[in-house]
Amino acid sequence: MLKLFKPTLLAALVSLSFTAGAAEMKSVAVTAIVDHPALDAARKGVEDELKAAGFEPGKQIKYQFQSAQGNTATAAQIARKFVGDQPDVIVAIATPSAQAVVAATRSIPVVFTAVTDPVAAKLVKSWKTGNDNVTGVSDMLQLSPQIDLILKVKPTAKRIGMVYSPGEVNSTIVAKELKAELAKRGMTLVEAPAARTVDISTAAKSLVGKVDAIYTNTDNNVVSSYESLVGVAQQAQIPLISGDASLVKRGAIAAMGMSYYDLGRQTGKMVVRILKGEKAGDIAPEVGSKQELMVNTTAAKKQGVTLSAALLKEAKEVVK
Amino acid sequence: MTPIALMGALEIGLIFALVALGVLISFRLLNFPDLTADGSFPLGGAVAATLIAGGHDPWFACAMAVLAGAASGWLTAWLNVRLNILQLLASILVMIGLYSINLRIMGAPNLPLIGAPTVFSPFIGEQFERGWLVQPAVLAVIIVLAKLGLDVFFASQAGLAMRATGANPRMARAQGIATDRMILIGMALSNALIAFAGALYVQTQGGADVSMGVGTIVVGLAAVIIGETLLPSRSLWVITLATVLGALLYRLLIALALNADFIGLKAQDLNLITAVLVGVALVLPKLKAKLFRKKGKKS
Repeated sequence: MLKLFKPTLLAALVSLSFTAGAAEMKSVAVTAIVDHPALDAARKGVEDELKAAGFEPGKQIKYQFQSAQGNTATAAQIARKFVGDQPDVIVAIATPSAQAVVAATRSIPVVFTAVTDPVAAKLVKSWKTGNDNVTGVSDMLQLSPQIDLILKVKPTAKRIGMVYSPGEVNSTIVAKELKAELAKRGMTLVEAPAARTVDISTAAKSLVGKVDAIYTNTDNNVVSSYESLVGVAQQAQIPLISGDASLVKRGAIAAMGMSYYDLGRQTGKMVVRILKGEKAGDIAPEVGSKQELMVNTTAAKKQGVTLSAALLKEAKEVVK
Repeated sequence: MTPIALMGALEIGLIFALVALGVLISFRLLNFPDLTADGSFPLGGAVAATLIAGGHDPWFACAMAVLAGAASGWLTAWLNVRLNILQLLASILVMIGLYSINLRIMGAPNLPLIGAPTVFSPFIGEQFERGWLVQPAVLAVIIVLAKLGLDVFFASQAGLAMRATGANPRMARAQGIATDRMILIGMALSNALIAFAGALYVQTQGGADVSMGVGTIVVGLAAVIIGETLLPSRSLWVITLATVLGALLYRLLIALALNADFIGLKAQDLNLITAVLVGVALVLPKLKAKLFRKKGKKS
């Protein structure tokens, strides 16, 4: 025992004296394509989970964060910087950042988060284990419960409108799958693509008279100018249902959304497992597990629907 | 800065050197303020990514991207010279239109190429770990060839006619130069280079995204301006050299900004740092001139 113990102690002492313990410190590097409330919440979740597991950023682990500020070339450069720094884990938030990091390394463990479809984005080969150095958490929403929610708000709904930007891969995937899912129930999707934030109210107006309810996902453009959609919905008395919980406070009647903070916590758990020695490829990619229902009774009144007592009871939070 | 981060900066700098050479042709040589780049860069990427994903040869994909870029530049010039639409406006129209066309070409806003064959893959081993060295090396060869090619072209009769068109169109016409045709060819050449850069970019960065064009023109202009500040010259081969160096320096400065935590700068300051850097590069020549004048007075 002593024989084994001695060299380890010696090695530890030597490394301590040479580098003041820094060499033994694990490191995590985080990058996001852009700063925006949902993505920031995800990052906060990762940081808090690391802290909770005894890897406090800046104390027990080296930690750095870089935002590409919406520029893909910068995202690419950040990816190269991180690969050069050789951290123990790289966390990549949102699809473009994740693709840049995965293209830059096949050896450093990469954990993505807030990516809707990591298989379509070719970040991982499949939802199973064995994806070499990449794993992560997807924010893909199960669409069937979303349609259930629409019907709970407006039981007679047949035609559902969706406003989204055609330039966001997350949104186009949701639109495609929602169409198929609605068709199964004899309902139809009426798409209203809006390429820029200023096009959103025009797109919403094009839906008036053609739809019984409007659904929106976590589309960045829609989220950033949701008020223009609310205005149209009130005038035309069309209920708004969302897949982003933060939008309920801004005028959506109901949302069954993922909490991006909890998504970050879930991602952080994976990071901790890798820091503790597991291989990224041995961890299967996951889908965010927490979905919360929020409703807004004032918005319901303004958009001409009354919410059932059952729905109000089901909600985790009721905004008045 | 680690070697990998440095090579990464050079790699993207080399790609944007092609963009900068394109911008040099439109802005400086033809005197044509052209914003098509924000559309033709992702256009090149979209065409190349779609063809590669469809199983075509990467070099063939690049060639098609170059043709598509040339067509977009030609269209901008055509709107200007034939339909008399203001230069800036014509290029904005083409740029806006290309956004939808790029979505159509890719069929989705994002087209991943991770693991797909690229023009670099023959030089990279199975393990991929040489990629960070090989990609910049291959790009350096391509950029040197492009630079030399442009130098030769602009020393030829046609190239000189094109430069005359940009410098003084009335005089050029008086000399019997078909200025409209020169603008059409020059703009096609400019955007062909930019689209080629887009095609190479998607092959180094794991895929094409419809948002990847945002700010291309700013980066291209910054490179041209930084280049001519550092290496002011009237001879063309120095100007093209300066442009390439400007593009490389711009990316190195960004890499420095990314490593700037030691002076208390944070990630969210990046765009500001970029703006300040370009601003300084713009002011520097005037400052230098002033300084020298003062010195002259004293003596």
